[in-house]
Amino acid sequence: MEKLSFRHTTQKALPGAKASAITGVVASGNLEVLLERNLAPDTCAFEIDTAVNGYAEVWAAVVADFVARRQPGGLTITINDGGARPDTVSLRLAQGARLMEMP
Amino acid sequence: MDWKPVTLSAAPLDQSWYEASARARLAGLLDADSFQEFIGPEQRMMSPHLPLFDLPRAFDDGMIVGQGLLEAQPVLAAAQEGRFMGGAFGEIHGAKLVGLLRAALHLKPAAVLILFDTGGVRLQEANAGETAIAEIMRAIAIARAAGIPVIGLIGGRAGCYGGGGLVAGTCSRLVISEGGRLSVSGPEVIETNRGAEEFDSRDRALVWRTMGGKHRRLLGAADAFVDDTIGAFRAAALAAIPAAPAFDLATLEAEQARLEARLDRFGDCTDATEIWGRLGVDDPTAVPGLTTEAFDALLDRLPEGPHHAR
Repeated sequence: MEKLSFRHTTQKALPGAKASAITGVVASGNLEVLLERNLAPDTCAFEIDTAVNGYAEVWAAVVADFVARRQPGGLTITINDGGARPDTVSLRLAQGARLMEMP
Repeated sequence: MDWKPVTLSAAPLDQSWYEASARARLAGLLDADSFQEFIGPEQRMMSPHLPLFDLPRAFDDGMIVGQGLLEAQPVLAAAQEGRFMGGAFGEIHGAKLVGLLRAALHLKPAAVLILFDTGGVRLQEANAGETAIAEIMRAIAIARAAGIPVIGLIGGRAGCYGGGGLVAGTCSRLVISEGGRLSVSGPEVIETNRGAEEFDSRDRALVWRTMGGKHRRLLGAADAFVDDTIGAFRAAALAAIPAAPAFDLATLEAEQARLEARLDRFGDCTDATEIWGRLGVDDPTAVPGLTTEAFDALLDRLPEGPHHAR
């Protein structure tokens, strides 16, 4: 297991008023993403528990790409990862952001 | 907490129960937007044991519990996520179900629904898991004695095995689909202990006709056989609530008598098809291919009527 933390400054807050949402399942090649709206609107924090060691740089790139695309200001995003590929991680993050935006 | 999965193209009730996540099953099974989760993932009530084994945890420990409405009737519901550690019972996972069953005594719901999807006890926290199984069975007995039906729904990819099979045996009614399997020792366990000649776990047809939904329904171990859709499970759960038998001495004695008679009648059979033949099925080899409608029609033609005792 490896623990990773990232903190990004965003240009804006993620739209919507939903307090929290969850998507995905912890399974082989899959992950669960818990999103909570509890930070300043220009801040996004990530706490990641991953079963696969040694991929911190890949995680940093996937997270930075998500932040650049979605501007998820205000969110704490906590991840339990069962060894998902980067494309699956991107998909789950996008699903989670969409859930937080939905009325 | 928004816990509903991203909607797929099919209408929720038409989606496959087998393919759905535990949260998607609850969303479709209960009245729309009625489910309220207890101890949701944001509370991070996770396994205290898995970090010792360097294994990833889940925010809900693979067990989602809460209350909702089923056709406007208040119910309590628990769903196991079969993809997280095979839906196995650990300390938190089991304690959430025990707590839900105990809460039923105070909340007096129309029923408690248990959406099984489990390989049994989680080996990494086996003592806590085994204790949880015993506590769950006791809590089900107490809830049933208080007049609250406990309905088991089985159709997940992990089936319902090990301690889950024991817990299912204590439920008031069981609903099962073709994909659902119900047993205590699973195929790989039997093969490991007794050899492939005793039970070849890679022979899928053998697995399904020995532990699958049709066999369990024919034998009387399950009370309803349904298509693999969330809508079919919803309809069967609704029908099961008023059909739940009283939990009294007469029911238990009838169950004991039926189990003894089953052993006398089928104890020397070496394959499920032999059992089906003795039950009065004309063409046992055709049973696995039957549609749900044809299978229900077959059940109606058999000499043995519906039986409350399992």
